[in-house]
Amino acid sequence: MNALKNFTRQLLYYPSAVIGTLVVFLLVVLAVYAMIKIPYNEAIRLWRGGEDVWYRNPKFAAPAWINYFSREKYAESFAVSTSDGGIESEVTPGAEGTATLLANYTFDFAYDTYPQDMILYITSSYAEKQPFLSIEWMTPDGRTIRVANMAVIQNQAYRFSQDEKLKLRLKSEDIIAALFSDPETGSLIKGPYQLLITGTTFEPDSKIDVEFVFHGQVYGLAGTDQARRDLVVPLLWGAPVALTFGLIASVGSSFLTMLIAAIGTWYAGWVDALIQRITEINLVLPFLSILIMIGTFYSRSIWVILGATIALSIFTGAIKSFRSIFLQVKESMYIEAARAYGASGSRIVFLYLIPRMIPLLIPGLVSAVPAFVFLEASLAVLGLGDPVLPTWGKMIDDANRNGALYRGYYYWILEPTILLMVTGLGFAMLGFALDRIFNPKLRET
Amino acid sequence: MAVVTHPTTENVVIKRPVRDSAFVRVSRYVLVRLLSLFATVVIGIYLTIVIANMGGFVDTIMRGEIRDRVTQGIINSPSAQLMQPEVRQKLIQDTIAAEEDRMGLNVPIAVRNFRYLSNALTLQLGRAFNMTSDAGSKQVRLILLERLPATLLLMGISQLFLFFSSILLALNLSRRYGNFWDKFVVALSPTSAVPPWFYGIFLILIFAALLKVLPFGGMVDSPPPANAFEYSLSLLKHLILPTLSLVLSSFFLSIYNYRTFFLIYSSEDYVDMAKAKGLPARDIERKYILRPTLPNIITNFALLIITLWTGATITETVFLWPGLGRTLFQAIGLYDTPIIVGSTIIYAYLLAMTVFLLDFIYSIVDPRVKIGE
Repeated sequence: MNALKNFTRQLLYYPSAVIGTLVVFLLVVLAVYAMIKIPYNEAIRLWRGGEDVWYRNPKFAAPAWINYFSREKYAESFAVSTSDGGIESEVTPGAEGTATLLANYTFDFAYDTYPQDMILYITSSYAEKQPFLSIEWMTPDGRTIRVANMAVIQNQAYRFSQDEKLKLRLKSEDIIAALFSDPETGSLIKGPYQLLITGTTFEPDSKIDVEFVFHGQVYGLAGTDQARRDLVVPLLWGAPVALTFGLIASVGSSFLTMLIAAIGTWYAGWVDALIQRITEINLVLPFLSILIMIGTFYSRSIWVILGATIALSIFTGAIKSFRSIFLQVKESMYIEAARAYGASGSRIVFLYLIPRMIPLLIPGLVSAVPAFVFLEASLAVLGLGDPVLPTWGKMIDDANRNGALYRGYYYWILEPTILLMVTGLGFAMLGFALDRIFNPKLRET
Repeated sequence: MAVVTHPTTENVVIKRPVRDSAFVRVSRYVLVRLLSLFATVVIGIYLTIVIANMGGFVDTIMRGEIRDRVTQGIINSPSAQLMQPEVRQKLIQDTIAAEEDRMGLNVPIAVRNFRYLSNALTLQLGRAFNMTSDAGSKQVRLILLERLPATLLLMGISQLFLFFSSILLALNLSRRYGNFWDKFVVALSPTSAVPPWFYGIFLILIFAALLKVLPFGGMVDSPPPANAFEYSLSLLKHLILPTLSLVLSSFFLSIYNYRTFFLIYSSEDYVDMAKAKGLPARDIERKYILRPTLPNIITNFALLIITLWTGATITETVFLWPGLGRTLFQAIGLYDTPIIVGSTIIYAYLLAMTVFLLDFIYSIVDPRVKIGE
């Protein structure tokens, strides 16, 4: 208990240790939150989902909070529907089984940019006679624009920007811009806009539901990508994946390296010689190339890559430094005492040699985490990321593929890179501080 | 890439048993060492070959590709459209067979692995399956040679700058232990946890996308300037960001490592003694601190030279730099085993040679080390 208190006091002595611990703690919280908020299966469904899941979102939209920092306010996205009461609607029955639907949606448009698009998703039920729908658009300056009149089928999407007739009527190639601006000056008008939908059904059980989807220029907390996916999903889920990969790879390879070094030094002879030879061979093998080959030829599953990473990271230079320390420890008195009372080889290795190494192992282990976290991201940037899991590296890869840097979608690159950087720096700072606490020799000099 | 290895006790054996003559001792050592290094290279390369073929899995992919390519090629050629269907079918089959023969797909995989191995060991790098050099050759040797200058330029400049600047700065810091710059470097050393391509993305974002002063990637402007001066100017402009990202990502850790290393050596008693004698600081540094650390510095330098060959795969990919690292990555994507094996064997030989030579260099710079004892 006293030792723990002492250790904590030492840890607090280093600002880098405090920051590092804080970062690691926050990451763990983020990871746990991600797993509770979006369960694994749901995350995969969302990440792999296409238009059917994400049709409400605009493409390449920056996060909505950039409006706080930008002088020019970008239009925010939203979606409202008559089925959930988001759009006020009223059905009035008429003669001979007909009915009239009046749906009215007013929204305040106070932005400086035009939205990407506006879409009406119309679902209707009918037996033979198609319902009829007319759409009107009222601008703040009191104009009423007749948008469309049409007979609708069961599932229909009406895209404002694609309507050729409306183009002719508005005498403009860019419908969205025309709907939001003054026809004389061509400048954008802010204020309340109103969408008026009048539907008529011709059968007793016929029904119409309308969903109005407004694709702005910005969306949500993290923005969206080329597939309209909400980037909150990969940002949240990147944390548990990065932590799992980094920690398992680091703990696995460090412990196995130490164990093998201990066994080699204790049993000496051919065991030691074999381990030394394997280490030399492993140095010849091109680490990254082999991982790329496994990713390209065999499997891109994160677990396969993780296994290969650990296997290739065991027999490295670290085994030599562990070995040289074990050689010294092996000669110490308490080992001799253990041997004298007849302790078995495995007892000495596991209970006498290895515990001695823990102080040296832990700083190295923590410092090694960033390398593995970034390895996963590196493979993803090379296009070899796990095809199923949403990760930070995948996000960078997607952004690169879609030319995010060239086309100015900086948020897309910056969000995952900053998180990766914070993760890497957090673990590295903690590792450095632990190294100086556990190995005071470095601190004195 | 500066990994400071602390001196191990292995090299500093001071036992003095009854000795053979120096010549016998050294030649026995050379022989054993060469044999064991060669065995290491052979096994390493064999493993690489087996992985590069994925136990025959790559064969299946390649057969499919050949079938597709040949069939498409023949169907689309105008002369084949005039042929009878049977004749055309026969032509397709024959071409596929010839192509499979060229790639050696008809030979059993085990035999082929050994053939690759012996060719690789004798440095007959052979012909690539799919890749060609920009000059149009399929010779692996020519493809690698064509990309070598680009990698040497990028890696050479960044690694040599890193090496010398970090040693100089570290010496400086170790003299002023505990001052502001020393603490600054120590505080910034965790920045090296971030790999170079990552800094690359940030640098591209700042200097190419936002400020628009430097290019996004590539090696020269397109089209390349005809005049040699403008050409090198354009090359220089493209070189800045990748070099900077390679340097940035190891700079502080490298200085920190050398500094700690020098500090350990400058706390030796003989250094205190030299200081007490009143020797000038320069002499103390040169003769009492740098001298005993020379073997480690040389090791680091030798390993650095080897990394020049491997290139920086991901950084080169991010900056579209036409170097060896990116070539290797492209080769893997095209299942081009000869290039993978060719690149690996050269690395393996370079590594083995360096390790071998280092033993001799140690015995020259450190009189306590005797070869073969």
